[in-house]
Amino acid sequence: MSTVVPQGRRPRRITAGRIGVYAFLITAALFFLLPLWIMLVTSLKPMEEIRLGNILAWPASLTVDAWTKAWSSACTGLECNGISVGFWNSVRILIPSVILSIAAGAVNGYALSFWRVKGANVLFGILLLGAFIPYQVFLYPLVRIFSMTGIYNSLPCIVIVHVIFGLPTMTLLFRNYYAGLPLELFKAARIDGGGFWTIFLRVMLPMSIPMLVVATILQTTGIWNDFIFGLTFAGRANLPMTVQLNNIVHSTQGERAYNVDMAATMLAALVPLVVYFVSGRWFVRGIAAGAVKG
Amino acid sequence: MGSVSVRDVSVAFEAFRVFDGLNLDIEEGEFIVLLGPSGCGKSTLLNAIAGLLDVASGQIWIGGRNVTWEEPKDRGIAMVFQSYALYPRMSVRENMSFGLKMAKTPRPEIEKRVKHAADLLQIAHLLDRRPDQLSGGQRQRVAIGRALVRDAAVFLFDEPLSNLDAKLRNELRVEIKRLHARLGKTTMVYVTHDQIEAMTLADRIVVLKEQKVQQIGTPGEIYHRPANLFVAGFVGSPQMNFIQGRIGMNNGVPEFVKGQRRLSLANYQFGGRPPVDQDIVLGIRPEHLEIATNGTWSDLMIDIVEPMGADTVIWCSDHEGSVQVRTNSSRRAVPGESLTLSVDVSQVSLFSPETGDRL
Repeated sequence: MSTVVPQGRRPRRITAGRIGVYAFLITAALFFLLPLWIMLVTSLKPMEEIRLGNILAWPASLTVDAWTKAWSSACTGLECNGISVGFWNSVRILIPSVILSIAAGAVNGYALSFWRVKGANVLFGILLLGAFIPYQVFLYPLVRIFSMTGIYNSLPCIVIVHVIFGLPTMTLLFRNYYAGLPLELFKAARIDGGGFWTIFLRVMLPMSIPMLVVATILQTTGIWNDFIFGLTFAGRANLPMTVQLNNIVHSTQGERAYNVDMAATMLAALVPLVVYFVSGRWFVRGIAAGAVKG
Repeated sequence: MGSVSVRDVSVAFEAFRVFDGLNLDIEEGEFIVLLGPSGCGKSTLLNAIAGLLDVASGQIWIGGRNVTWEEPKDRGIAMVFQSYALYPRMSVRENMSFGLKMAKTPRPEIEKRVKHAADLLQIAHLLDRRPDQLSGGQRQRVAIGRALVRDAAVFLFDEPLSNLDAKLRNELRVEIKRLHARLGKTTMVYVTHDQIEAMTLADRIVVLKEQKVQQIGTPGEIYHRPANLFVAGFVGSPQMNFIQGRIGMNNGVPEFVKGQRRLSLANYQFGGRPPVDQDIVLGIRPEHLEIATNGTWSDLMIDIVEPMGADTVIWCSDHEGSVQVRTNSSRRAVPGESLTLSVDVSQVSLFSPETGDRL
């Protein structure tokens, strides 16, 4: 028996357990990737080829017709302008909603963690409670309130709804982040003569970039994927992409155009997908931070 | 300009009273150290002076002005924190000029003051760096610089050296003292739990324990005439020896009695009448015990010898207890050796074991 003198780096061995772990991970990855693959290849096939039923096969005659049709001429009910209308509606809803909800959450979190607001803990508790009540409960009362104020079914209406419902998570996110910063920093800024807004804008906000990124990811994916608020509050002229996608898929005359449906779905998922790929590391943190929302 | 007066101040957190009617007068240009263990309320007091904490009752005066209701920035103070509290996204220059910009100081004046402070603290070459590119000592210099440019009459230090390693702490301690001397009329209020910092820096030390002032006095008074057992034990390293005993009388002269051992207290200045036949605690600093051939206390055994370089601390004991002796390091001492000590009675302190107060 030859003995090796242990020295230097410890040699790595591949054990059965490790092979098992990898096998499981690869299987799981394939399981989740398979639907995406099917969607992609189906959207690139003409209908004749889809009818053959080889759903996993790479298209024999590759075409992007379905994509252009889905974008610009698919029918959503009576109009046939494709999903592009919904895309731009979603963008118009998304940008103000994301900016305003993050701004409100950051200010809220800052005020709650640094300024001794009377009843801050109670306020925060109530806000968190709001995050755990199902949205559907609020729909009818909110519709009544908005129609009374006369802004029901408009862009401001849907933006306000998104800001309100983003507030608990955004506040929690920023409050916890600011609670982790040293209180002495805030004291130093007070001595230096900073007021509520100066300290927030000049000292705290520049330190909040990681949280701003996380919050942007969280709100962008959340608001882009929203269906029920858009359907209820946005009004016919501002229906977001998700609602229009649903209309395209469900307003079929004659043969179901699977390739167009798939292409439209991929188009609708594009923004969250891009966010996901661009900011992988931050995305995970965003999900972890959003985990409290359930 | 820079006198500080704390008048009957109470501070309360919810229902819990931290201070109840605290009074403290600090003269202009004085270096005051608030000394005490953690939780004694020294930082709370500093924050109340700074205006970062509302007082429940009482008044705070700075420079002959009642500032009790004023914002921190209007009190004419500058503050240095333990964690440096530099703004991480700003350069050193921006950190130092932030307060002046807030006060709408003209730009040339800001530049002049920043340059002056940077030169004084030898950080001129660091002005364009960001805090995360600095070492701990440099960061604290910048924090002091940020306080310096404010031209404040009162400087507040909240444990500024506690995050630094021992060598840097000594360096910066000397520098703070030099700064105080150079600034002349600037009052400094300095919070620390480190008794060496307190002894070396202070004109007067305020010893706090459990939100109560234990003693206010010069470092000499605090060290040589501690007002109670707590102050005696907290200040001084190695610690003062405490020996439990009794007061006896010998031909009209009071003496300290412990078992067979006796010590004449003829040279001790009692605060009142000697409490004859009562229990008492005798406090002797290790340097006031001397190894002698013909001393007061004989037949002690050496337990442990701690050479400290300049001097040596010897722990010795008999069957009734142990004492520490500080001696010249040239004297050889071996554990197990027997020893005789003589006591400098003019330097001892006597305390009541019940109240802990000096007699």
